[in-house]
Amino acid sequence: MAYRILESQWLAPEVRRLVVEAPHVVRHCGPGQFVIVRPAADSERIPLTVAQSDRQHQAITLIIQAVGATTRQLCALEAGGTLADVAGPMGHTTEISNVGHAVIVGGGVGTAVIYPQAAALKEKGNYVSAIMGGRSQPYVILEKELAAICDAVYPCTDDGSYGFRGFVTERLRTLIAQAAVPVKLVLCAGPVPMMRAVAELTRPMNIHTIASLNPVMVDGTGMCGGCRVAVNGETKFACVDGPEFDAHQVDFKALSDRLTTYRVQERDVTHRCNLNTMK
Amino acid sequence: MSSDNKLKPSERMKIPRQAMPERQAQVRAVSFEEVNLGMAEQIAMREAQRCLGCKEAKCIPGCPVYTNIPGFVQKLAEGDLAASARILLNDNALPGVCGRVCPQEKQCEALCIRGKNAGGPVAIGYLERFVADWARQNQFGGTAPAAPTGKKVAVVGSGPAGLTAAGELAKKGHDVTIFEALHEPGGVLVYGIPQFRLPKDIVKAEVDNLRKMGVKILTNVIIGRSYTIDDLLTDEGFNAVFIANGAGLPLFLGMPGENLKGVYSANEFLTRVNLMRAYQPDSTTPVLRPRKAVVIGGGNTAMDGVRTSRRLGADPATLVYRRSRAEMPARAEEVHHAEQEGIIFQMLTNPLEILADDQGWVRAIRCQKMGLGEKDKSGRPRPVPIPGSEFDIECDVVIEAIGTRANPLLTATTPDLKVNDKGYIQIDADGMTSKKGVFAGGDIVRGSATVILAMGDGKKTAAAIDRYLAAKA
Repeated sequence: MAYRILESQWLAPEVRRLVVEAPHVVRHCGPGQFVIVRPAADSERIPLTVAQSDRQHQAITLIIQAVGATTRQLCALEAGGTLADVAGPMGHTTEISNVGHAVIVGGGVGTAVIYPQAAALKEKGNYVSAIMGGRSQPYVILEKELAAICDAVYPCTDDGSYGFRGFVTERLRTLIAQAAVPVKLVLCAGPVPMMRAVAELTRPMNIHTIASLNPVMVDGTGMCGGCRVAVNGETKFACVDGPEFDAHQVDFKALSDRLTTYRVQERDVTHRCNLNTMK
Repeated sequence: MSSDNKLKPSERMKIPRQAMPERQAQVRAVSFEEVNLGMAEQIAMREAQRCLGCKEAKCIPGCPVYTNIPGFVQKLAEGDLAASARILLNDNALPGVCGRVCPQEKQCEALCIRGKNAGGPVAIGYLERFVADWARQNQFGGTAPAAPTGKKVAVVGSGPAGLTAAGELAKKGHDVTIFEALHEPGGVLVYGIPQFRLPKDIVKAEVDNLRKMGVKILTNVIIGRSYTIDDLLTDEGFNAVFIANGAGLPLFLGMPGENLKGVYSANEFLTRVNLMRAYQPDSTTPVLRPRKAVVIGGGNTAMDGVRTSRRLGADPATLVYRRSRAEMPARAEEVHHAEQEGIIFQMLTNPLEILADDQGWVRAIRCQKMGLGEKDKSGRPRPVPIPGSEFDIECDVVIEAIGTRANPLLTATTPDLKVNDKGYIQIDADGMTSKKGVFAGGDIVRGSATVILAMGDGKKTAAAIDRYLAAKA
């Protein structure tokens, strides 16, 4: 059985939004959970956070950045096409409670992860601020959607082409310092160096900080153990124990190191794919 | 029909045990083609003629699914392959699998009356494989299902326990749906056991047989997440559920260096190679191709891991096991084959730490020698560290195959399902859990075991589910 793509469009350069029919996923899917997809029957299995789960249309929204062979394959798909496999939902849902002021921080395509969290936090009556970072203006995604939910949104760009000029952590530092209602919770998702920097910023301030991790994964059900991360010195499996952990306890160095395991092979595969397109 | 009937027991006794033709060791050490080539018909018949057809066959109770062994073997000896296949398939939904991966030397063949002193046991496993392959090649279907009962049964997991239960329940006329978390059915038969031991098309053919019997298989569905057990029993209208979702999470020794690049659980390594097809030369599946591999463990999974490393290019591929050779739980034939393929057996050796280069890649594993002490709880001599015996084995990939622990995924979302202190599901004599109409079997009940024990659970529990459904009607 294949899974139908209902919508497909570019959100940013190399960032695609797909709405995919997946009735078995939407039934219990909550914020923070992910699916494992294979675009075609000979593709890799890759984990992707569910950016939106729509029970009415029995469909989920996925936001994908073309970085490797499989994500490139996904980003080339159009509405009316299909995915070979969509398995899920997997992982725990984000623990959502009323803390007062919560800040969600998304870096690049990580903004897709925090979007459903923002909605859930708002529903619980929190004051929600969103900080979204990107290289330059076109890379800041979901601003309109987040603005519709959150109390305040703070787009940031590295080059200053839009919003705040600088890293999301700098904007977060200012926000925490100037917030009328003290910040009690920070949820972050994005590149490992960003999450690590957020964790280092909030640690001395003692602000509870959650990071959504995206390590190498195969099955997503705990069977392979490839996604193991060190949390507070203990080995955890991101797929069944996570994917969210206390950012102050995550060994980000080990995580970013493990993420480079297949860098050379990935490059070869991408190279081969490019050669094939040239033929 | 044939001359077989005329054979006297004394003539049968004179026939020597026939050998299984194997692919040459040097060739197969670099190939994922199946090691055992299968017997020719005449050879298989000759081997079958060694069976004395005991009235109270000792081999049958040795089989967890109670295959009528003398029944199918004697029909084979007579040359009536269709009758032989009919008997075999009636008892066992996966004979092509069992003929290849069962530890026959500890089960049926261990109990064969011809045993050690009468020329060796009848090669039941080889004969089972022969008949199963004949049935598949001749598109010989299994038993036709009974009239529909109108009862719906959900089976969670499509490994050996789930597939066997599904086949048995379909035969009784129940409407069976299997839910599988991965994209391909078969469980450990497709993600774990390598191609050179169990070719994928054998599993596929046996799964297709179940489909022909009306069994539905839904892949990519994770029971406990996509649907809960209660969803199945209420909204989805199932009358009973059989949980056979497998052992689950790989164990790690907990030594320093386990999160380095180049350290795998056997599950991950084998899944990348088997399920994700990295064994095929044109595959794009990322997997580290070891130059020097160390595999930790002494069971079948360790054996699969080390022989797979060898085939991906590891030289040497070393097996590190803390006990001695005699205590290895692996199937005898696998150990024998591994040896032929040049695997190094580093016995009585305990890993202490994995060492890294300056880029975070594995460069060696530090081990210590063990001696054998008093017998422990398992009845095996306890390995005792020898002080000052530390040494390093150079390697770039380390694979840990030291067992699994219970997967919490389903049990955590089914709070009224009783589990033991290790997280495995508790069942009664009928295989029923603490939840009415919900049964369980295989590794999620017993912890890591074998394909055939899981199949035995599947068969036994299917009978109990059938009784439960009949009583409910």
